Amino acid sequence: MKLLVCIKQVPDMESKFKIDTDGVWYDRGDLAWRMNEYDEYAVEQAVQVKEATGADLTVLCIGPDQVKETMKKALAMGCDRGVHIADDQSHRRDPFQIASLIAAFARDKGFDLIFTGMQSQDRGSGQVGVMAAELLGLPAVTTIVGFALAGNTITVKRELEGGVKATVEATLPALVTCQLGLNTPRYPTLPNIMKAKKKELLTVAAADLSPADALLNTVKLTFPEKKGGGVFLEGDVGEVADRLIRILKEKTSVLA
Amino acid sequence: MKMLLVAEYRQKKLLESYTELLAFAGQFGAECAMFLVGDGAAELPKFAGRLYLADVATYGEYNPDAHKRLLLDVVAQEQPEMIVFSHSSYGWDLAPRLAASLKAAQVSEVVAVDAGRLVVPACNAKLRRTVAGNGAVTIATLQAGAFSLADAAAGSPEVIAVKGEGQGRVALLGYEAAEHGGVDLTKSEVIVSAGRGVGKPENITLVAGLAKALGGEYGASRPVVDAQWVEHNRQVGTTGLTVSPKLYVACGISGAVQHLAGMKKSEFVVAINTDRDAPIGDVADVFAVADLKQLLPVLTEKLQAL
Ligand SMILES: Cc1cc2nc3c(=O)[nH]c(=O)nc-3n(C[C@H](O)[C@H](O)[C@H](O)COP(=O)(O)OP(=O)(O)OC[C@H]3O[C@@H](n4cnc5c(N)ncnc54)[C@H](O)[C@@H]3O)c2cc1C
Ligand SMILES: Nc1ncnc2c1ncn2[C@@H]1O[C@H](COP(=O)(O)O)[C@@H](O)[C@H]1O
Repeated sequence: MKLLVCIKQVPDMESKFKIDTDGVWYDRGDLAWRMNEYDEYAVEQAVQVKEATGADLTVLCIGPDQVKETMKKALAMGCDRGVHIADDQSHRRDPFQIASLIAAFARDKGFDLIFTGMQSQDRGSGQVGVMAAELLGLPAVTTIVGFALAGNTITVKRELEGGVKATVEATLPALVTCQLGLNTPRYPTLPNIMKAKKKELLTVAAADLSPADALLNTVKLTFPEKKGGGVFLEGDVGEVADRLIRILKEKTSVLA
Repeated sequence: MKMLLVAEYRQKKLLESYTELLAFAGQFGAECAMFLVGDGAAELPKFAGRLYLADVATYGEYNPDAHKRLLLDVVAQEQPEMIVFSHSSYGWDLAPRLAASLKAAQVSEVVAVDAGRLVVPACNAKLRRTVAGNGAVTIATLQAGAFSLADAAAGSPEVIAVKGEGQGRVALLGYEAAEHGGVDLTKSEVIVSAGRGVGKPENITLVAGLAKALGGEYGASRPVVDAQWVEHNRQVGTTGLTVSPKLYVACGISGAVQHLAGMKKSEFVVAINTDRDAPIGDVADVFAVADLKQLLPVLTEKLQAL
């Protein structure tokens, strides 16, 4: 069995973002980068399937050279090899283009199961996985919070609104997009981090995979208008606590 | 502008969210048709226009292959410039399938319209992106609650039955109800919630301690529940509870839209967060820029001494 997991490198969401000079994306300098949170669940699930079945597991990431750092984490978590699709412009590509690159790589490789995150934290489009499945002609199930594989069939739980879940079945080959809480992503151990350094990390140029044309353009990136009205309390915690209690007494009835 | 709005039917019910699609279309003064896989004998969306209705008994509540094919037929008939879904478990699943088939731009989780262009959040709502599709058709999914009708929806649609191939490669086996039982947070007047900023499970006691000192209950954001530091019946947000207490204290919670959806109707909101720019600030009446590990013990002690 052959497995593929697609991961994206994203900035830490607690970063202080600045708008880039082009006005359509954030400034990529001075940021701490990590694996897209949703993709950690995808990697963990893929590694669990690999461990249970002895399948072969490839991790794929599209982006500039720096994404290799994040790929190393996936290798240390248990992926067998990495395929880096080198693309300095990946942050400007729309989801359809990213999906077209994944599909171009995966086509004819015979993957039985492809895992992606349900969405990326910076773009939050939730499109890439499903579009890649469509381009590859595979059935896809989104937002999974439960996964079981028996023979050629996957039985997954889709998360719906309000905590309701739907149980859904599909036959391999298939693609699933992974939601938070699907499993408990492992921390790479030191020996596994060392082993990961020796694993194969192949680079393919994005241009060689002929990405599709963009369907969507960003006109501008802006900071949301602050609603305002809120009071900020800062400084010594004792004083902050006193001021907060005073405000709660004045503005609410909970301390009455 | 011609729009095709995609309404939803789940667990034998028409979802009210179709009115949000109508509100969005209203901002464009669009001419609307609607698509629904539902039950013609049950409640239908209230609007004046063509309703393309496929029978849920044949096509199922979740059968993306069949629903996509039915939609593609309706799109061919209606030739809409925009196809609009809710950004819901149905919408974000089906919209990209249609987008890929039509080679149409998809704009996910629209929160606003700015001079005819669609605005979406980026980076956990810390940024906003204004986008434009390049082609003749654009597909949009709307953030839950971002658009609402001023008046109740009205009118009765002209129903057009649609049929097609019912086969699909994914099968819905059934539903599982949300976990309930134990504490009922929706009845608490004060809720103090723990977010990932608590750092480790031991610090939940700081949050629970403050909740007790305020005479309330403690809740949590999703990552804290996923990590099993707090039970699911205390999770606030779209996949947890919707609460509206007199006081909501968010400790180490960034304020992602899925969390805000569950608590923004609270009467008074206090945020305790080290990141002054965290989007929880958009709904906070008071924002204490502080490390919760330092502030919570001091605050709790002072409250106990009152
Ligand atoms: C379909 C879907 C459904 C979802 N449903 C829900 C839901 O029902 N409920 C929900 O909550 N989420 C839900 N989410 C997840 C949501 O998108 C966010 O990932 C989640 O709300 C983030 O939780 P958080 O704010 O606790 O963590 P983070 O976003 O990681 O934020 C942690 C915050 O803690 C602050 N912090 C760090 N250290 C400290 C400190 N020492 N003192 C004070 N502050 C500190 C940081 O500045 C940051 O703002 C859903 C997501 C999806 C895609
Ligand atoms: N640059 C990328 N390289 C590899 N996979 C990606 C990339 N961008 C997105 N993905 C995958 O697609 C999922 C959904 O992304 P998005 O549609 O951007 O929200 C992510 O969770 C990843 O699994």
